[in-house]
Amino acid sequence: MSTLQAPAPSGQTPAARPATFAQALNTALADALTADDAVVVFGEDVGTLGGVFRITDGLTQRFGRTRCFDTPLAESGIAGMAVGMAMNRMRPVIEMQFDAFAYPAFEQIASHIAKMHNRTRGAVTLPIVIRIPYAGGIGGVEHHCDSSEAYYAHTPGLKVFTPATVEDAYLMLREAIDSDDPVVFFEPKKLYWSKAPVDLAELRDRYENRAPERREGRAVVARTGQDATILTYGPSVPTALAAAAAAEAEGRSLEVVDLRSIVPFDDETVAASVRRTGRVVVVAEAPGFASVAAEIVARVQERCFHSLAAPVRRVTGFDIPYPSPKLEEYYLPSVDRILDAVDDLQWED
Amino acid sequence: MSQTVETPEDPILRASQTFGITPEQYMLPARGEIRMVDPTGRLLPAEEQGTEPGHEYPLPAGDVLLGAYEKLVVGRRVNDQNSALVRQGRMAVYPSSHGQEACQVAAALCLKEGDWLFPTYRDTVAVMTKGVRPLDVMSIFRGEWHGGYDPHEHHVGIQSTPLTTQLLHAVGVAHAAKLRGEDTVVLAMCGDGATSEGDFHEALNFAAVFKLPVVFFVQNNGYAISVPLSQQSAAPSLAHKAVGYGMAGERVDGNDLVALLATLGRAVDLARSESEPLLVEAHTYRMQAHTNADDATRYRDDAEVQEWIAKDPVTRMRAYLAGEGLLDDAAEQRIAAAAEDVAAALRDGMNADVQVDPRELFRHVYTEQTPQLAEQEQILAAELAREETAP
Ligand SMILES: Cc1ncc(C[n+]2csc(CCOP(=O)(O)OP(=O)(O)O)c2C)c(N)n1
Repeated sequence: MSTLQAPAPSGQTPAARPATFAQALNTALADALTADDAVVVFGEDVGTLGGVFRITDGLTQRFGRTRCFDTPLAESGIAGMAVGMAMNRMRPVIEMQFDAFAYPAFEQIASHIAKMHNRTRGAVTLPIVIRIPYAGGIGGVEHHCDSSEAYYAHTPGLKVFTPATVEDAYLMLREAIDSDDPVVFFEPKKLYWSKAPVDLAELRDRYENRAPERREGRAVVARTGQDATILTYGPSVPTALAAAAAAEAEGRSLEVVDLRSIVPFDDETVAASVRRTGRVVVVAEAPGFASVAAEIVARVQERCFHSLAAPVRRVTGFDIPYPSPKLEEYYLPSVDRILDAVDDLQWED
Repeated sequence: MSQTVETPEDPILRASQTFGITPEQYMLPARGEIRMVDPTGRLLPAEEQGTEPGHEYPLPAGDVLLGAYEKLVVGRRVNDQNSALVRQGRMAVYPSSHGQEACQVAAALCLKEGDWLFPTYRDTVAVMTKGVRPLDVMSIFRGEWHGGYDPHEHHVGIQSTPLTTQLLHAVGVAHAAKLRGEDTVVLAMCGDGATSEGDFHEALNFAAVFKLPVVFFVQNNGYAISVPLSQQSAAPSLAHKAVGYGMAGERVDGNDLVALLATLGRAVDLARSESEPLLVEAHTYRMQAHTNADDATRYRDDAEVQEWIAKDPVTRMRAYLAGEGLLDDAAEQRIAAAAEDVAAALRDGMNADVQVDPRELFRHVYTEQTPQLAEQEQILAAELAREETAP
């Protein structure tokens, strides 16, 4: 087999080499650091090591210790220092090593990062991005798999994003860093190694030089369908797509909507899809009680009640602490569970 | 006794009087770390042990040292067995304390039966040495459940993953015991990186303010995952942090089991008799990566690791005991065989496929199952039944 690459047909770019979700995030951070001197990246192990998931790999080497640095091991310190730095004209991007280890910072996030703009009647903006690797499916030990988005989504003043594709990983992180409001940026851990044929240089160009399609507050139809809508986000998007593919084989056409941005919430895209299909399943990995999934159901009922042919169903994690690795398969929303819920949507046939 | 001056109640005042030092001098750690046996196994003369007025330690008895050595050898064997089990896929993850076993063993052995130990994820060997069955300790790392033992049975808190949160639990256990008039001592462990967390400072302050018998034992192994101590703390030593809260701190060679037993032993005695907290910092080294998910070559070089091989706590203790005539070939063989037995039992247990009933997931969330969870348990039960009957 020839190792030579075939020349690209003139006028066309060669097919993009696949990039991983993690590479997309890493590139987005590097590009943001390049684009704006005010951007700084810090947290635990983000410097020399490049982060435990290597999302900050090479940034210290490339941009120096003033731009990307390790802090002492203290989440409240990391978040609280970000507040002061943002007040003093910087744009901190901070990493919480794992979902459950952000809890020591919750005081700073809920009491100050979320409220400073409001408390100062708009005088202070806090352009802080809090990156949180979250959710399960990787066989992690306890406290490494929480889906904690509801805590943050419930806190007014915070934006909450969660990309599910390689392209969104890049573009949404850039948007988050450019946002003048604080953004809690949830990265589904199990998608870090997922790949897509995405040209990251082209994304950079699109983001920086052309009018990019806005992601914040915009859901996207990840797969079109006619019979029912699956509303989902983050780590559950691939599962929902797999369920839709399986349903197709059984003759049922499911639409999958990837919310991307939990706060702000895209009622429009959601309602448009629901009005067309009339049937809805909400899929999310977090425990269902008092969850983002519960909020989505409520909004759908309020806005689309007369379009609904069946009560909205939810497939979520159980209302239990995230289980140990040997038991997580029983917890996670599965294709089967989604298909069961779809079957329950009062079909006439 | 012909002493005319009445000994004051307060240990700080007493120390000031006895040694002619200030309360700050009493609380500050000795100028060097305490070391009793050097890396070649030689017992150091008193003036080379790093002690000074207020910081003298008696040499533990020979049988105590021999018993501790056995635990040390078992601990090393268990660490290495577990690392092998991770490589074979029998365990999801294991944060090994290889190189830190002297700290592990001393932490457990300095406590009396009713005393409590509050460990972190890396303190498996300490937990085991305190009496918890090795297989039970390992269930968390095998991925069966988030803990594997009953804390009340051996007075060992569940191994804590969030850093330093357990130090406050230790303070609470000590406070409850004190309120009930019991003389329980609590020893709480954490790493060097963990001392940066807010809970560390809150725990020390509470313990000092409430005058609680808690020994805070910091295993300073040089790194918090990739971050070296120099980027963690600017204090002259972690033991120095104690004085600011009003407690005494001490530094000890964390690879010298003899010194560890002596300093921790006295810290526990003082905590018990005076109802006061103390901080002991052991200087040791994590010989392996943080966990199997970590690549230690990214942040430290091999020469540094090699240097610490020469300070290995096991070989040092063996050399010392042999030199003192406390350890002969027969005893060495007996101890090696005992370690093999523990490792073999562990291997067998880990190789057996333990089945956890998934329905148990719903049974321990609340003391009394809620109607919602009962319903969710039924959903899972139906799924499981369907799976069983599927072709
Ligand atoms: C609150 C919290 N933040 C972050 C982590 C992730 N984490 C696990 S171990 C570790 C390093 C701990 O270092 P150290 O305290 O020195 O203990 P060692 O692992 O060296 O024994 C980090 C950052 C955690 N477990 N808990």
